[in-house]
This record gives sequence, C-alpha cells and structure tokens, in this order.
Amino acid sequence: MPDQSMQNSPPTPSPLIRFENVHKRFGSLVVLNGVSVAFAEGKTTVVLGPSGTGKSVLLKHIVGLLSPDSGSVYYRDMRIDHLKDRGMEPIRRKIGFLFQLSALFDSMTVGENVAFPMREHSGLSKSEIRDRVAERLAMVGMENTENKMPGELSGGQRKRVALARAIALNPELVLYDEPTTGLDPIRSDVINELILKLHEELKVSAIVVTHDMTSAFKVGDRLVMLMGGGIIADGTADELRAHSDPRVQRFIAGRADEEDLRALHRI
Amino acid sequence: MASIETPTTTLRRPAGYIARLGEWAINTNLALGDMGVFFLSTLYWIFRWPGRRAISETFAQMYEMGTKSIPVVMIGGGFIGAVLAVETLPQFQEIGLASRVGSIIVISVVKQVGPILTAVMLAGRLGGAMTAELGTMRVTEQIDALRVMGADPIRTLVVPRVLACVIMTPILTLYSDAIGILGGWLVAVRVEGVRNYPFWHYAAQSTDLFTVNVGLIKAFFFGIVISTVACYKGFRCGNGAQGVGRACTEAFVTGFCLILLSNFILALGLNNLYNALYPNQPSVL
Repeated sequence: MPDQSMQNSPPTPSPLIRFENVHKRFGSLVVLNGVSVAFAEGKTTVVLGPSGTGKSVLLKHIVGLLSPDSGSVYYRDMRIDHLKDRGMEPIRRKIGFLFQLSALFDSMTVGENVAFPMREHSGLSKSEIRDRVAERLAMVGMENTENKMPGELSGGQRKRVALARAIALNPELVLYDEPTTGLDPIRSDVINELILKLHEELKVSAIVVTHDMTSAFKVGDRLVMLMGGGIIADGTADELRAHSDPRVQRFIAGRADEEDLRALHRI
Repeated sequence: MASIETPTTTLRRPAGYIARLGEWAINTNLALGDMGVFFLSTLYWIFRWPGRRAISETFAQMYEMGTKSIPVVMIGGGFIGAVLAVETLPQFQEIGLASRVGSIIVISVVKQVGPILTAVMLAGRLGGAMTAELGTMRVTEQIDALRVMGADPIRTLVVPRVLACVIMTPILTLYSDAIGILGGWLVAVRVEGVRNYPFWHYAAQSTDLFTVNVGLIKAFFFGIVISTVACYKGFRCGNGAQGVGRACTEAFVTGFCLILLSNFILALGLNNLYNALYPNQPSVL
C-alpha cells in the first residue's frame, strides 16, 4: 500500500542540470571519473575543488564546449551532451557564462560587447538594444562606459562588463567560472555582492566554480566539492564545515597536505 | 644483464623510428582532415549567406588586408621586376635581342613571380597577423565565448577573413604585377638604354588575356590557401604565448609549402586548359 504522506507531498521539481556518471579524460589524464550531480533551479550552487580537478570542465559540459567520453548531461529533462553547436543554440540562449578571463572581445567597445548577444538573438531594435545595454551596465555598476575599450578597464571592471554581457538575454542560469580569481579581496567582494544581487533581482539559478572559500560561503546555497575526478562532499556551508573527510577540512582551512610538505622538505 | 639489455635496445630503435613515422603519418592525416572539415564549414557559411554583420566585417578586413598591404607588395614587386631586368638584359644584349627583354619581364612577372611573391608576402604579413589574432582569441576564451553566445565562430571570424583575403590577393597581385613591370622598364629603358617602343611592343605581343588570367586564378587560390591555413592554425593553437607563437610559425611554413604545391598543380591544370582552348599555340607553362 503506498504511503499516504508520500502521495500528498508536492512532487520534487526536476533539477535544472543533471550529470549522470560523466567520464572525461584528456589523453592519460582522467578529469571526471563517473561524476553524478544535479543542480537545482533557483539556487546558487558552488563547485569547489583544487586547481586542475575539472571544475571548469564540468561547466563547459553544460554549454556544450566539451562533451563527455561517457555518461550523460541533461538540461531539465533534455539530454544535451550529444548535441552539436546548432542543436545547443536554444539551450545556450538560456544560459549566461562568465569566463575566467572575462573573454571580452578586444576589438569591440564595452557597449558592443554587451550588445553582442542581443544583436545575435533578440530581434530588438537598435534603440532598444542601446537602452538594454545601459540598463545591464548600470546593474553591474559600470554606467556610461559603453564607449570604452576592454583594454582600458581593470580586471574587476572587465569581470563586471563580462557579467553584464552574460545576463544580456535574461538567462535562467548563469555559470560563473572562477569569478574572483585574480582580484583583490575588496573587488572579489564586489563580484560576490553582484552575484547575490543578480540572484535576487533576476531570480536566476547559478553555478559558481571557485576555490575561493570566502566567496563560496558567501554566495552558495549549496556547496559541492570535486576532487580526484569525483564528488567528495555535497551540502550546505555548515555541513561542509562539519564534514568528516580530512581532505574537505584541509581545503576549507587552506592547508597543504603532508605529502606536499614532505616533498618540499626533500628538495 | 648487459648482454640481455643490449639487443633489446638495438631492436627498439628501428621500432621507435617506425612508430614515430607512423605517429607522424597519422597526425598529419588527422590534421589535413581537420583542416578540410574547417574549410568545408567555411564554404558552408559563405554559400548559406553569413549575414550582414559578417559582410560588413569583410569590408573592414579588406581595408586592413588590402590598403595596408599595398606598400609592401609594391616595394617587393618593383624590386623583383628591376632585378629581372638586371639579370636577363645582358643575356639578351649578347644575342642582340635587348629590345625583347620586355616580353620576358612581363611573362615572368604576370604568370609566376607576381602571384607567388605577392602570396608569400601576404602569407607573412596577413597570415601571421590572422593566426596571432585568432590564436589570442582562442587562448583568452573569446572563441568559446562566441560559441556560448550562439554565434558560430567560423561564420563570425573566419568567413570575413577568407572572403577578404580571396578578394584582395588578386587585386594586390595586379598592383605587384604593374609595379614589377614598371621596375623592369625603369632598369631596361631608363638605365640600360633599351628603346621604349620595342620594350612595350614585345611585352604586349607576348601577353594575352589568358596569361593575365593565369596569374589572377593562381592569386585567387593562393588567397584561399593563406587565409584558410592562417585561420585554422589560429583556431587550433596551443596555450599561452608560446602556443600562439608556434601557431604563427606553422601558419607561415604550411602556407608557404601549400602555395608552392598549389602553384605547381595550377600550372599543370592551366597548361592543359590552355592546350585545350588554343591547340595550335605554344604551351603557357
């Protein structure tokens, strides 16, 4: 007999992004070794892990810049890992991507960079695009910079402009690849505040890849730790702080492991 | 132990060479196939209509490639024409045919030296710049950003460059031809005292429209080779400054070799075409 309470409980919403047993290797280097993880809609999930553990690789699978050697990736309930560029286009329009190096187009002004996705896809008139660009730049605190070239901006300003471009088409999911890397603590905090603000104002879901613990604890509703090709921890900030795995504790505390220290002393 | 290890080492060497040769052959074939697919994708977007923005970018590239390359192409062409006159005139004077030097200068410049020299200069000037620009865009994730924003990088970046290069290479070749002939004329007529009328008379007599078209057809294909190789190498370059630098070198070397190879194939093909069109005329090769 089915449980009555189970029947009455609201159905669990299907996750926005789902990885099922994803494997990825580059030559002999195994990066993802059977990763299965789901990212909920409306939440900000932070993917943590040391450099080179495949965090960015995970993000690139979501937008089809990489495809898994085996396993599958789903956007809502649609399998997307086998799609070509043309098949991915409707999915990509719903996703904003903030690249680690900002990836602003050097040959275009700030305004043209932010307008680029709108010109490609929105069908808006020139004046509408101009207004939307000004609005997006204002949202990230970069008003009146439309005519500047990316080369004239600081690292933090470039990130903000890249963020304005990532949200240009009102995405339902924003992917942040190391949003605070290379920035001083104050500018890092500005980016963290921006992520929170956009989450609040635009109600977007977000996946943030970082190894900056301050940023992770500040913006993440849920934290997932990737290490050695798999997920070793998954939970809220408090759950991670209380996690029993010494690798998790060492990462949170930013402490080198004993093997690394022994290797240093041997030199 | 040593007696066992020694034969193993000697046996490994040839096997190693064969393995490396096999690896090289496989990698070269894969790269050629990959470049072929890259070129077909470019053709697909050209014939599917790449869009107004790609076309306007093509005009910007034409200005960048064409107008800014004119000085280097003219200097190169002018000196080559002058050198041709310097080297050939004494031979012609020896047999009393100095007035015919115009014909050899024009034929050499229009059919061979002009297109090849222009192509090589463009492979160095434009090819290197294209590879460096696209390579840097790849390394700084700008090409990934295009794909993520649903803009095909081949349509957005490659089509304008290939179209501009294909259009501008024949035009620049014409400039190079004109200045090359002028350089030859300057040395032969103004410096060495060959009479003006016979110089142009024999030059015109030895050149027909087909001869000029041979040079332009070659330039058209050289434009395809230079731009496709440069864009391909930029798109596939390795990481960091070293990766971009290596891609630029590879783009020039590969482009140069393919220019020479395609020149040979085109010369054979056009020669056969000439023989078919004009059966009673001497070969153009």
